[in-house]
Formats: sequence, C-alpha cells, structure tokens
Amino acid sequence: MNEPALRLEALEVRHGAVHAVRGLSLEVDRGEIVGLIGPNGAGKSSTLHAIMGLMRPSGGDVRLGGKSIVGQDPETIVRRGIALVPEGRRIFAELSVEENLRLGLAGRRERGDLDADLQRVYSLFPIVQEFRKRPAGSLSGGQQQQLAIGRALVAAPDVLLLDEPSLGLAPRVVDLVFAALQEISAAGIAVLLVEQRAQRTVALAARTYVLSNGSLRLTLGPEAAGDTEKLVAAYFA
Amino acid sequence: MLVANVLGADWQTLADAMGQGGLYALMAVGIGLVFGVLRLVNFAYGQLIMAGAYALAFASERGWPVWGGILLCFGVVLALTLAMDRVVFRPLRAHSPAVMLVATFAVAFLLQSIALLWFGSLGKIAASLATLNQPVTISGVDIRKISIVATAVAIGCLLVLVAVLGRTSVGLHMRAAALDFRTARLLGVRANRVIGAAVLISGLLAATVAVMMTVQTPLVTPDFALRDTILVLAGVVLGGMNRLVPATLGGFAIGFASGFLGGALPTDKSQYLPSFLFAAVIFVLLIRPGGLFTRAGGQAVERL
Repeated sequence: MNEPALRLEALEVRHGAVHAVRGLSLEVDRGEIVGLIGPNGAGKSSTLHAIMGLMRPSGGDVRLGGKSIVGQDPETIVRRGIALVPEGRRIFAELSVEENLRLGLAGRRERGDLDADLQRVYSLFPIVQEFRKRPAGSLSGGQQQQLAIGRALVAAPDVLLLDEPSLGLAPRVVDLVFAALQEISAAGIAVLLVEQRAQRTVALAARTYVLSNGSLRLTLGPEAAGDTEKLVAAYFA
Repeated sequence: MLVANVLGADWQTLADAMGQGGLYALMAVGIGLVFGVLRLVNFAYGQLIMAGAYALAFASERGWPVWGGILLCFGVVLALTLAMDRVVFRPLRAHSPAVMLVATFAVAFLLQSIALLWFGSLGKIAASLATLNQPVTISGVDIRKISIVATAVAIGCLLVLVAVLGRTSVGLHMRAAALDFRTARLLGVRANRVIGAAVLISGLLAATVAVMMTVQTPLVTPDFALRDTILVLAGVVLGGMNRLVPATLGGFAIGFASGFLGGALPTDKSQYLPSFLFAAVIFVLLIRPGGLFTRAGGQAVERL
C-alpha cells in the first residue's frame, strides 16, 4: 500500500554510445505533481521513453504501483495505467477533435464510467467540447495542448507523464495548462512534469528533480522557486 | 461522351474501363492499407490474386459449384495472406522499408515459382462464372455483365471500407496508425491488431479481385495479375502513396485509362499501351512528385 504510484530505481538508458540516463531514481505519489527539469540533452525525454517502453532501459527498474513494467510494449504499459502527453503534442491533425479523444480510449483498462471521464475532460477543457467536430489541426497550439492532455486523461490513468507541455505556448495559456495539472493531481492522479520552464515548474511541483548529463543533480522544493540564483546554479552545476 | 466519340469507343468500352478501374481501385486499397500501417509496399499482392485464381480454376476443373470455388478462393488467399504476415511482415517489421520491399519481391517470385512447378506454364481455365461474360441489353446497348458486376462490387467494397474506417474503433485505430504509428501505440492502439486487420482486409480484397478477374481473363497462368499489380503500383504512386483516398483514385485512374485505351485503340496500337501508361506516370511524377490527387502542400503543418 505504501508503494508510490511510479518509482524509478537506478534507471540507465543508452542510445548506442551515448549514456543518456545514469542511475536515475525518483518517485511520484498519487495526487502529487513532481517536476523533472534540466537543459536540453539532460536525459529528460529518454527517461520518459524508457518509462513508456519506447526504448528498453539498459539497467535499473521502472515500477508502477510496485510492479515492474520494464520490457513491455508501449500499448501494454498504457493499459497498466500510465498515459503520456508527448513532446510536440502529437495531435492527429487530420482527424477530428472527437476522434483524437476516442483514440485515447484505446488505453483504457476497463470500460468504467466513460461518460464521467469524458465529462471531466470537457469541464477541465471546455474548448475541447466546443470544437469536438473540427479537424484537430485547425486548433491553436494551446487548444491542441489541451486536447493532448484530455486525450491522455480519457484513458483514466493512475500516472500522467507530460513532456514539455508549455513549449511554444503563450504565458496565459501556460497558466491554464498548469492550473489544469493542479486539478488533475487533486483528483488523485500522479503527475510527472518534464519541463524547460524551471521556475514555474519548481513553483508548481511538490518537488522538482534537476537532471544534468543524465544524472540527478538536485531536488528542489517549491520554496526554491523565488531563489533564482540557486536555480541558475543548479542548472549549470 | 465527346471523348468516346472522338476515339470511336462505344458504351461497352466505357463499361469495361469502369470495371477495370474498379478492380484496380480495390487492388490499390489492398496495397495502400498495408502500406499505411507497415510502410511496406507489398509487391507480392498480385501473387495472392494469382493463388486465388488457381483456386477458382481448380474448383472449376473439378466441376465444383460456383460458391464452392469462391469459398476455396477466399480460403486460399486469406491463408496465404495471414501466413505472409506471420512469416515475413512481422519478423521484419522493425527493419527498413527497403528490406521489407526486397522480402516481398522474394515472396512474389517464390509463389510464382510454386505455381509454375505445381500447375505448369500452360495455364488452367477458371470457367465457373463464364456466363457473366455474356452481354445484357440496357436501352438498346449491349454491355457485358461482368463489367457491371465488377463496378458494383468495387463500389460496394469501397462503401463498406469507408464505413469500417470511419465508424468503427479498429478503423479509427488504423487511420491513426497510418498517420503516426508511434503516437498511436503510446495511446494504447495495439500494433499487432491494427496490422492484422489491415492485412486481413487486403486479403479479402485480393480474393474478391481474383474472382472478378478470372471472369475477364479465365486463363490462369503463373504470371496472372502480375502486369495488373505493376500498373496498380504505378497508379498508387501516381495518386499519392501516403494517403488511401488518393492512392485509390490513382488505382482507378490507371485501370480506367488502361481499360479505355485498350478497348478504344486498334490492336496494332494497343500493344504499346503499357509503355505509354508508364511514360505518363513518369511525366506526372516529374510535375507532381507528391502524387496527382494530393493537395498541394498537403502535409498538415503543425502550429506552435
């Protein structure tokens, strides 16, 4: 019962000669937002890809609710209860907004209360409901991001991973997305937020791990958000 | 029908061209569906049709009832299609498209060689449905029944396919997988199920085409449907390989053109037809490399 929703144990990821992630351990509990920040190439996306089964870790373990998910297909891992909002949103531009949402249903474990889950997405992001008949490619970047998060949520996951959701969004839209993340975690979902926007992430997350060259450099609490010097030092450590 | 008058063609030629265009459109769908989910050009598609045609000839020679032959045709083609998926496509899925293309060449020649060994080069006759070659008179115009049946079957198959792709969840998953397979899998779309469905539908279409084609060409030889497959592949590339609708239109266009010109031109000219068609394909690709039926700049640009 005390197992965290998601736990990485000494995770190692290599792409050929590149050692992308070195011995990364971290935990995300139910109802908690945890940040993962670091410069480009620090190993953030590799970590997410290893969790989702897109690449096989060369060492360590990924545990979901206490059970290892290493070596399984992405489609199986989704059904075990992790959903990813991928980098660049990866919306199917030629499909309608509603069809994009229906694709998210592919990852549901059991039928459950589908209408309630859809309603939750619609109340979180009213724009998704309003534009559901439109081609997803006609939405703005911020609207597409809301759709991408909504699409991940209809799978009713225990753990939600987000890969740089604020990338390319106007500050006002980032506010909206981050506020939604707070609501999502309040509903009991474990949220792992990978970001470049360090200060905002640190302010939002219960704790934020700083990754550099594939290894964990520092763990920051929300109180560090105002302390820019400490953040900058952490970044270039 | 100005064009028809200019070329001196009659309604029969037009109806034949429609029928051939319809069959080529079905083949284009069969090739395009598998390409969509596997990025694999199945060069062995024609040999599936050839196998189905031999099944029909086998049944016809033994005097089986028509439905028995059709059942055997579907059984043989589906068994081969699924075997091809299991033995060749699945193990090679992670490899480059070039590796898979060469593998389908190998499968194509393997199946053709087996046909040559088992049935010889002289060919067998599939005659169970030969009555469909007789004409029916519609308001004073004689038209072969098979041209009407082929057109109707093609339209029916395409309508069913549109419904499956548009209204069912496996259809939605197939469309998503064709657009971005990795993201589809990350959403929980099962890769094997989607590929299996695409391969199964392409097999059903191959069997359907085999039944229709043996009526038009009852003599079944080891290279049955080979020339058609090459023309359809040209048509698919011509229409635009990446999208199903343009690929289907491309298949229809080249089938219609080849049927129409083949019927309208005198024999001493129509023997040059394939050369002219391929020259036309090269010409179109020089002008519109993305395909004839794709929108200019058709790739959706992701907005930031």
